[in-house]
Amino acid sequence: MNASDRNDDRNLAGLRIFITGGTSGLGLALVRGWHAHGARVAFVARTPDRVAQVMRELPGVAGIVGDISRKDDVYPIALQALGALGGIDVLVNSASSLGPVPLALLGDTECEDVERALAANLLGPFRLTKALLGALSASAADGRGGVVLNVSSDAASTPYPGWGAYGASKAALAHMSAIWNLELEGEGVRILSIDPGDMDTPLHALAVPDADPSTLRQPEDAARDVTHAIVAALRRNARDRHHEREALAR
Amino acid sequence: MIAAASPIQRPREAKLLVIDAHGTLLHAPRRCLPNLLRSGDLVVANDAATLPASLAGIHVESGAPIEVRLAQRRSLASDDVSEFGAIVFGEGDYRTPTERRPLPPPLAGGDMLRLGPLRATVQRTLGHPRLVALRFEGSSLAIWRGIALHGRPIQYAYVPTPLALWDVWTRIAAVPTAFEPPSAGFVLDWHLIGELRARRIAFATLTHAAGISSTGDAALDALLPFDEPYHISRRTADAIARTRGRGGRVIAAGTTVVRALEAAAGDHGVARAGAGVARQRIDARTRLRVVDALLTGTHEPGTSHHALLGAFATGESLQSADHELEDHGYRTHEFGDSMLIERGSGTRARRTSPLTHDACTSNMRIVA
Repeated sequence: MNASDRNDDRNLAGLRIFITGGTSGLGLALVRGWHAHGARVAFVARTPDRVAQVMRELPGVAGIVGDISRKDDVYPIALQALGALGGIDVLVNSASSLGPVPLALLGDTECEDVERALAANLLGPFRLTKALLGALSASAADGRGGVVLNVSSDAASTPYPGWGAYGASKAALAHMSAIWNLELEGEGVRILSIDPGDMDTPLHALAVPDADPSTLRQPEDAARDVTHAIVAALRRNARDRHHEREALAR
Repeated sequence: MIAAASPIQRPREAKLLVIDAHGTLLHAPRRCLPNLLRSGDLVVANDAATLPASLAGIHVESGAPIEVRLAQRRSLASDDVSEFGAIVFGEGDYRTPTERRPLPPPLAGGDMLRLGPLRATVQRTLGHPRLVALRFEGSSLAIWRGIALHGRPIQYAYVPTPLALWDVWTRIAAVPTAFEPPSAGFVLDWHLIGELRARRIAFATLTHAAGISSTGDAALDALLPFDEPYHISRRTADAIARTRGRGGRVIAAGTTVVRALEAAAGDHGVARAGAGVARQRIDARTRLRVVDALLTGTHEPGTSHHALLGAFATGESLQSADHELEDHGYRTHEFGDSMLIERGSGTRARRTSPLTHDACTSNMRIVA
């Protein structure tokens, strides 16, 4: 653990974070990391048994069963997250879908697989962020938080054959994040998009079954980078609110 | 008035009737709201998110179908969700007007209610066969899950299609504590909030557990509004104090905001930060201490919401306003048109033009 990690520890205590895809890969690493740092953590995932398992492993963490790619699930998920945490300072959209498994050339990809990738990687984060925007804006106004981190991929910027559904949906997510971030400047809500790199996760194993795990990052390493980015955005927010208060006082 | 029957929060053609401090009436397109406010004013809105507070189920002792409408909580704390005050209806749902809904089977302390995945016990009745204190079983997380998956937004027969949560959450919905939507907040979207900021009109929020607006039962309706918990942040209290200091107006978006701010009123027209419970009824006898103007829906005479308007304007002004609303086809209820009412100055002077002129004013019309 280096000095900036220890610094993050202090900054995370008491923060209310909601993480999608919290039973696998980067999402699970973030749930564990933030819980260990004393944050108040809620997560959502689709499989009841795995949600229950993570809750048993990490007492105090609130697990929600739901599928963010389903329109009708999003508000019940948002309501449970707000109920569990009493508000939200940080939202991490980590749940992702590859689209076709095994990966396929676009000409061989079923439309339904593209729709599934868009539903999980673009519409899900859009709907959930929109449902929670009031809470995130309130958190920003109170000088607590107001940060959304969308997990992207280098497939969002580099055209890899076979990654069409996934890459296109992640490119859309990254661009939506950039636009939304500009639009929310006045509210103090930051929308970030980060490529955590190729990680040794169940999703990557589905995409590249014969990959050598030693060439891949551990999700815990990537989670530290993601956490740094969130903490940096939180600090900027706190600084901006402080300046705002000083200006108002004058 | 015509009931607004579609759950559209911001119809393009929404209307706004303004009653200014002198009793002058003005018709305006509602989207022109920012033009009617002044630099230095402060808009305060309720950021409560609406619970799906209608729970269908069974009264276990009798096997009778019931609908429970959660209606009251003692605090806003998100882990304080075991106990609620609730109104219980007999068989049926929102499609039957509340005044025609049958009574539930006789309810007594200790009765079990099965509400989808939730189980609750009636602790006692609260002086009316429909009104009970109930207690849910299970952890707060399990209760939230049960409410989220089984509950439906409370709705009334004038909106025929079933409401979803996205129909009733305002753009600024943050804390799930309201039993019915704080619907004055439907007027606000992120674009409008940005426009206020650009015009140097401040914006702040508080949280107030907006309660049930009507039960269809005269004896119960007479008890409304119930006591409602609220929370005012330090930041919002400071914004009010600054607005006072610079001579701006505090504009409450919604009757719940009036209740919270007036319950928290301290000296010199400011509001105290912190948590509290609004217990007071606000009507023509109330001397408002914090709120200068109210943005609200259109309300039918005889309701507690309409009575609250009496704190802002004279009976004569409100009567003229009621005629204007009727004559000009304003729509009522939560998805309806709006009113902006400035607290009366007590003077009877009539102004010919209460507004600065800009693009929006060509669509505005002062009532002679």
